[in-house]
This record gives sequence, structure tokens and C-alpha cells, in this order.
Amino acid sequence: MPKELQEDLEKRVAGAEHPREMAIDAMVVLQNYYGYLSDEAVQEAAALLGMTPAELEELATFYEFIYREPVGKYIIHVCDGIVCWMNGHQSVLDYLCLKLGIRQGETTPDGLFTVLPVCCIGYCDRSPAMLINRQVYGPLTPEGIDQILQKLKDQPPRGAGRVK
Amino acid sequence: MNGMAPQVLLQNRKPDRIATLDEYRESGGYEALATVLKKHNPKEVQQMILDSGLLGRGGAGFPTGLKWKAVADNAPFPRYVITNIDEMEPGTFKDRILAHSDPHMIIEGTILAGYAVSAQKGFLFVRPAYESSALIFERELKIAAEAGFLGKNILGSDYSLDIAVHRSGGRYICGEGTAQLNAIEGRRPNPRGSPPFATDKGLWQRPTVLNNMETLACVPHIIRRGGEWFKSLARIKGAAGTKLYSACGRVNRPGCFELPMGARLSEIIEEHGGGLPPGSEYKTCLPGGASTRFLPKEFYNIEMDFAPLKAIGHRLGTGAVIVFDQKTCLVGAALNLIEFFVRESCGWCTPCREALPYIRDLLWRIENGEGREEFIPRLQAMCKHTWKSFCVFAPGATMPVESLLTYFGDEVREHISQKKCPFPPPSPSPSEGEGRGGGERNHAQTRH
Repeated sequence: MPKELQEDLEKRVAGAEHPREMAIDAMVVLQNYYGYLSDEAVQEAAALLGMTPAELEELATFYEFIYREPVGKYIIHVCDGIVCWMNGHQSVLDYLCLKLGIRQGETTPDGLFTVLPVCCIGYCDRSPAMLINRQVYGPLTPEGIDQILQKLKDQPPRGAGRVK
Repeated sequence: MNGMAPQVLLQNRKPDRIATLDEYRESGGYEALATVLKKHNPKEVQQMILDSGLLGRGGAGFPTGLKWKAVADNAPFPRYVITNIDEMEPGTFKDRILAHSDPHMIIEGTILAGYAVSAQKGFLFVRPAYESSALIFERELKIAAEAGFLGKNILGSDYSLDIAVHRSGGRYICGEGTAQLNAIEGRRPNPRGSPPFATDKGLWQRPTVLNNMETLACVPHIIRRGGEWFKSLARIKGAAGTKLYSACGRVNRPGCFELPMGARLSEIIEEHGGGLPPGSEYKTCLPGGASTRFLPKEFYNIEMDFAPLKAIGHRLGTGAVIVFDQKTCLVGAALNLIEFFVRESCGWCTPCREALPYIRDLLWRIENGEGREEFIPRLQAMCKHTWKSFCVFAPGATMPVESLLTYFGDEVREHISQKKCPFPPPSPSPSEGEGRGGGERNHAQTRH
């Protein structure tokens, strides 16, 4: 990782009462930098936090928003909670996958989009809904999905979560 | 939309942005903190909250004052206060609405809770899907500190408290109090057994109080206007305060509404949720998120408070009403819900890890025309096994299935006898929800 990123992370870890409290944040920063949480990133984050890679792996494998395999620049989590289920989640997912030419769990060949499931995201008042890099979109319609995808193709990505 | 109901928690709600610090202060914000720091010791604050009748809004309904009093006088330091904003109960979004309306109310509530138990450090625990809330809190915490409400010697007093935002990596179990402690500690968030309780040995084995966000938002108001006033807000005797109810699913206007505690279910659905869409008839609802039981139609007018629901063998949960109509297949709905719990089970306990996928498999077979009569007692047995798990989330996971079998057994048997699902697949119904404009995603960018 670049020196600047390393120093920023070291500062944040030092600012916490216990370094381990920063484990998720450190993993998210590194996965934003590398595009996903690579084996190398696990090693680097563990060293920063004073944990063993195995200890950090216990967390990395547990959480839904930590990506241990390569993902697209835009990670689309389509909500399949009960309310979205009622409001046509399946047709939203089918349409999105058709447009992107991939199945859920896959990444487009240009490396731009990954489609993943996610449990109820708490936007039931805007159902059916989805998250793209933690930003919410909904209620979704086929036309709306077209517009969203076009807009993203035309602009540079904002990063998976927060990049500081 | 909310008619005559007094707005307390959502008093500063705006269509497109959060209330600023100045706006919160104009409505009486941070007055409670100033008063408490001048006039009241922590024990008095605990008593005020106990006397107000405030019950935890996360679903368990435990008296907040009692929880705070459980921290012993001579308990060691440092002590911690945690505000649970890991709202992951399916169908529930009240905390997000409140966080996007008046973040300083939550910050002040957290500081007051911290003062009540003499805590030095606070955490706001936020789920990844609420990244916009996390950004709001980070910015507003800084603004609160600059104004002297946070940090060293708050408002010139002897009391000091720092609050940090803790971002979760995203798992339902993190909403369970003891699991949340492990999550913050950077450990795999399996639940812990109790005793010892968190108020004795919580975060880093130190005394810790953990409260739902909506619960703490009530605290500044109780201190400023009194416990008797808070009790008088409720619709029914024995209840206290207002409640952030919501309605979604088969309703015309899905949304979150602040109503007196004890408001009737029918009122929430019809007056505030806009009723059901044309062609839809009310069949049942989950009154408080995915880990509550399907409520039979005869209770359509029930008073939505902890006690009335408990009296009929149900739970208020989060007060997030998910409405189902006559065209919606409840086997399919229960299958979706159990799918959620299967995916989110932390896997710590065998009854939860093994029974939930088995239930899913049996329900899938019934829904897809492969059901057999003997599946019904087997499902019931599996639901019972989850009670032998470590945390209450496991039996909570089986509430929809158990109540499906109890109240809607005919619908299940219809699947079995017809060897197929007798309902059409779910399709969207046109609705006019409050978030339709999509303005909320801009909240995080609001500057002032």
C-alpha cells in the first residue's frame, strides 16, 4: 500500500483506545484501495492492528460487506428482504442481470459491476431497493435501472464504502 | 399526515434534510444536558428515566432506568455507553428515519445515558447499509464537540465523554447486545452468555450500557419535560411516550409515523399507511419485524404496545408493521423470512445452524408442490429446538413459521393437497411512499 495510506491508517489505529476496534475500518480502507480484500491486504491490515492474519480472517470471513474475492468497481447489492420480495424483487433482479449479462454473484467482463444479494437494507419505504457502493436506490423500475446503470458507466466510481 | 398526534422525536423532521444543531437547540435541544450537568447527579437521572416508564424500543421492552441502575456504584472505570443503530430487523427503518431527521437528539440522548452511568466513552454502532447515517453522525459529533456538548469538561462541568462512530461489517447478529460488544472489540460477533451482564462486564470486560437508538432519543425530552408528561403522551394506561411505528408491504403509503404509544394497528395501517391498495384485502401482518408472529385478523384493532400484544401471546418487536394481503402466499413469505435467518445465523449454536436450513428445505418443498402432511409436525419440532440456542435470535427466527402453522395451517395444507402454490407470484403494487423522490440520499451531503 502507498505510504500515505499506511500513515493515515496508522494514525487512525493509534487514535482508538484498542487497535482491534479499528479492524473493520482498516479492512474497508484496504479493500477500497485494492478493489477487494486480497490476501496481501489481510496481512497488511493485521500488521497494522497488531493482530495475527488468522485473527483478522475470523472477521473478514464473517461480514457481508468485506469482499475476499475480486469484485467490480460498482458492487450492487439487491435487497431480497420480505418487503422487497413482496414488491417484485425477483423481477428487479432478473432485469438487472439481463441488462448486465451476468448472474447474481458474478462480475461483468469489463470489471465494472458485481451483483450480490443482501438482506433487508432498511429502505422498505422505497422498495424494491438496492445499494450500489453503499448508496441506496429505490423504488426500482426497469427504466430507473437503465438510467442508473448508464449514469454509472458515464462517471468514475466513488469507491466501495468510504475512501478518505 | 400525522393529524393531531404530538410530534416529539420527529418534531424537526423535514422532507429533504436533517435538522441542524441550531434548529435542534431552538426546539429545546441540549437544554436537558445543561440542566443535568448543573443540577442532577447520575443517580437522579437514572431515577427520572425509571419513573418515566421508558421501555427499550429495540423490541425487548426492558425498563431503561433499570438497565442503567444495574451498573453498580463501585463498578470499575472506564465505563462505556453504546447506541445500537444496527437496525437490521427486516421491515424496520424507524431508526434511519430518525437519524436522518434529528441526529443531535440521538447524540444528546447518548451523552445523557453516558452521564447516568458515568461513562467515559460512547459508540454509535451503525450498519453498512446506513452509511449515509454514519456520515451524518461523524459530521454532527464534531459540530457537537465544537459547541462544547462533547469531549472534555462538557459545558464547563467535571463530566467528559467522547463518542465515536463504529461501522459494522454487516451481520444481523451484531444487533444482539452481547454480540455487538464482541463486534466493537474486533472479535467474531458471536453472542456472549449472561451473567455476567454487560452492565457488569461488557465492552472490554468493563461496565457498559447498550440501548436502542429510539430509546435514547426519548431521554432528553423526559428530562426536560418530566416523566409524568412522558406518560401522558401514551394512548393507553400503563404505557409511556410516543413510538416510531412504520407500515410497509401491502400499503399505499409506506412510511414511518410517530404516534402515541398504544395507537391501534388499524389506525397505523389505514390513517397513516394509507390503507391497502385497490383489490387488496388485509390478511395478516407481522407487527414488529421479521422475528414477530403473524397476527391473526381478529386482532386488527389491537393497541400497539408491549403489554397488549404480550397478553395475546404476541410481541410488539420494533413496531414495524409489515402488511400482507389475501393474494400474498404466506408459505412463500415465511420461506423468504427463514432464508434471511438461515443466511444471517452466526452459526454458533447447532439448533440454530441446523434447524433453520432444515425448516427452509421443508418450506421450499411445500411451496414447490413437494409437501407432505408429516412435514408439519417436523417443522413444529424444529422450531422448538431453536429454543435451546445461546441467544434469543434463534427462537425469534422461527416466529413467522411457528405462527404460520398455528394460524394459517389451512393455507399450508392447501399447498400440500394441490401439490403446488395456490397463489400467483408476488408482484409490485403501485404505492406512493414518502421516500419516492429519493431526496434522502442527499442528507449526508447537507452542509450548514
